[in-house]
Amino acid sequence: MEEVAQNIETQEYFINMGPQHPSTHGVLRLMLTLDGEIIKKVQPHLGYIHRSIEKMCEKDSYQQVVHLTDRMDYLGCHINNEAVCLTVEKGLELEVPDRVKVIRTIISELTRLSSHQLWWGVMGMDLGAITTFLYGFRDREMITDIFEETCGARLTMNYNVPGGLMFDIHPNFQNRTKQFLEHFKKKLPEYDKLLTGNVIFTERTKGIGYLSKEDAISYGVTGPSARASGFSCDVRKKNPYSAYDRVDFKEILFTEGDCFARYQARIAEMWESMKIIEQLIDNIPEGEYKAKTKAVIKLPPGEYYQRVETPRGELGVYIISDNKKNPYRVKFRSPGFSNLSALDKMARGFKIADLVAIMSTLDLVIPDIDR
Amino acid sequence: MTNEDLKQKILTIVPSADFTDPVYEFLNVTILPADLRKLAEQLNSDPDLSFDYMFCLTGVDWVTHMMVVYHLYSTKNDHTVVMKVKIDDRGNPEVETLCDIWKTAEFHEREAYDLFGIKFLNHPDLRRIFLEDDWVGYPMRKDYVDEVNIVEL
Amino acid sequence: MGFSIYDFSDFINNIHAFLIETFSPAIGNIIGMAIVAVCFLGFIALLGLSLVYIERKVCALFQQRLGPMRVGKWGTAQTVADIIKLIFKEPLMTKDSDKFLFNLAPFIVMIAPVMAISLIPFASGLQAVDFDIGIFFIVAVSSIGVTGILLAGWSSNNKYSLIGAMRSGAQIVSYELSVILSLLTIVVLSGSLQLSVIVESQREGWWIFRGHIPAIIAFIIFIVASTAESNRGPFDMAEAESEITAGFHTEYSGIKFAYFFLAEYVNMFIIAAVGATIFFGGWMPLHIGNIEFFNNAMDLIPPVIWFFMKVSAIIFLLMWFKWTFPRLRIDQMLTLEWKYLLPLNIMNILLMSLVVLTDFHF
Repeated sequence: MEEVAQNIETQEYFINMGPQHPSTHGVLRLMLTLDGEIIKKVQPHLGYIHRSIEKMCEKDSYQQVVHLTDRMDYLGCHINNEAVCLTVEKGLELEVPDRVKVIRTIISELTRLSSHQLWWGVMGMDLGAITTFLYGFRDREMITDIFEETCGARLTMNYNVPGGLMFDIHPNFQNRTKQFLEHFKKKLPEYDKLLTGNVIFTERTKGIGYLSKEDAISYGVTGPSARASGFSCDVRKKNPYSAYDRVDFKEILFTEGDCFARYQARIAEMWESMKIIEQLIDNIPEGEYKAKTKAVIKLPPGEYYQRVETPRGELGVYIISDNKKNPYRVKFRSPGFSNLSALDKMARGFKIADLVAIMSTLDLVIPDIDR
Repeated sequence: MTNEDLKQKILTIVPSADFTDPVYEFLNVTILPADLRKLAEQLNSDPDLSFDYMFCLTGVDWVTHMMVVYHLYSTKNDHTVVMKVKIDDRGNPEVETLCDIWKTAEFHEREAYDLFGIKFLNHPDLRRIFLEDDWVGYPMRKDYVDEVNIVEL
Repeated sequence: MGFSIYDFSDFINNIHAFLIETFSPAIGNIIGMAIVAVCFLGFIALLGLSLVYIERKVCALFQQRLGPMRVGKWGTAQTVADIIKLIFKEPLMTKDSDKFLFNLAPFIVMIAPVMAISLIPFASGLQAVDFDIGIFFIVAVSSIGVTGILLAGWSSNNKYSLIGAMRSGAQIVSYELSVILSLLTIVVLSGSLQLSVIVESQREGWWIFRGHIPAIIAFIIFIVASTAESNRGPFDMAEAESEITAGFHTEYSGIKFAYFFLAEYVNMFIIAAVGATIFFGGWMPLHIGNIEFFNNAMDLIPPVIWFFMKVSAIIFLLMWFKWTFPRLRIDQMLTLEWKYLLPLNIMNILLMSLVVLTDFHF
């Protein structure tokens, strides 16, 4: 067989996956070099949704910058907002009230849950199990309803402002969150039943898209994708912000580094998120929901860097201030951008169907990559 | 290592390193492009330093000069350093690539090239990453004027 | 003309005799054929409409939602609206595509199920053609469909389509073996390839019960392999929406796309009908040995209803697969066929032969 295979003249060919493709989930374009169905090379072409948010930030006041960040990683928008607010507060050396910290943490974790729910649904859909998509959205709806009640928006929330929150939580917030947790604790094992234990699913994901710990670090892969390779990079543990230093949760680490490990890492992370919310939801301290800030915020000259853990990985906000009301330079180190750079490394030698699985487990959000 | 130890260690590698930037959270070290490769290689390979994770790379246009900022972290020793390369030739900034040391630099350098026009020498695939290949100018520079796409209020 | 819901043979024969008496035998035969053709076309159209609706409702059931509810009562007119939309849609074509083959492909895909459906015995006497090599004929014509899929993929001038077509070719050619062998297992038992004879031979009990272990294994293999042969999930690699957009029919739109769609559903019906006929006695009511009382009670339900009940059950099973399982990868799917199903199948035939030789069946 080998001899025959060698004597047949084959030709590599290119195929454009995207910018319109069902499983790139947005306008990502991948140029694949293929030999039959086997991937020889993946070249991502970005920028189809590049809006130069960083340039826009240079013209905006700090309060306005917060709103732009919603448009990057729209599934983790609260955490993006929080990152900017934390950076500005760091620059102002402003201590926000305890109440704010706890509420921010709860909402962050709810955001993470809703993002992972969507990811789970989409992951199943990418592998051909369309039902998971509807299940993920069904449960995500409860979280968006909670958000809607508290801050009026379902997707781009803008709930944070430098110094605190835009308004206090809705009186129903705690009750509904608890209801949701009760509901979702029953549903998450159902997720496991539908995908995790399925033979086809494990065959499709185990051993696929291996990423070693060294490569994960070198490529700057972060978030659950990196923790599945054993790279301990949870900012919530390494550099606790908001109320993460007072809650008890595990950093999920796996060592397999394949698609299945990345899948498991996210499922386990959902349990941890629920644990965090449970610890805080009954202990929201009384107090102000916003620290006193001036109407025009001017950061003292200098450079401020804040890292937060979004559902996709480490988001860094780098603000350089020159004592004006708008920043001199803002850089968003988006997790998706670095995660994507490892795609070529992970996908080589696998098949087109595997590439879809790998992209799914990287949980790419294109506006987050393109900014 | 503490910031002070780091400072001493870096000074032994690059005696001309400049530490005048104030330390807010991370140690800032400013060097010249000529020293970049030497320092980067040492930062990565020296077991005491072993900065293996580059979590941010970006350009900054300081109008008088161009700057590339590298945020480095060591997962083994748990310390952070911010390495800044000051490039005096703002019109045509050039600096050596680091993407053979930290793979993540490949995409980030392409981004800096795209938006700031900083050329990374020996980069394997230096093309624009976000903008079209025939885009004129580098949008993140402070003197970039685009009357069509940027609306001034 | 005596009409009985339990046995159509008299009714059909009377019509036949009437036609031949009224016109000359040649013209009478031709008119008879035309009537059968019109009936089948109507049936296929109805089948397509209802199966698409059922698929949506079943899918909605599994996904905990309502499915189409707006057009007509409970959304029953939804598929009609869809068909109207598809008819009025512009038939697009890619640049430099092979126009002749591109237009031909949907028809070839459609021919296979239409030919196969003529063999299905819906009830006693209600069967268009009754060849003595019935199963052989069904298996033979159903493989024509793959030609259409290959042509569609090739002529579209689209790499995704080509990949999809190639996958489909590999898939259908391999899984056909399993389908044939699993059907042969029952043929060994019943001793005939003629569908009406196979149905009749199950008067004392369906083969899946009487053939016990080897028959059940054969049925499982049949269901898996025929799901794969009809390109349905979890074996829908040829379409694999999330990988190769829509595979071989990426470039088709409007009514040509509807043909592919219709062919898929009619194929599903044929699979279910063949499965029901071979394993579950077709229109034969549930009989247990010589228990007269029970058998007579079962006979009260008309055979047509029995047939469609069995077919619906198998169709529901196929839909259940599709909406629950993730998709396999092409190499895994071929591994499943060549390394597991095929050897198992051959062993199963040997086992069945032993069972038949030793008369170790009920």
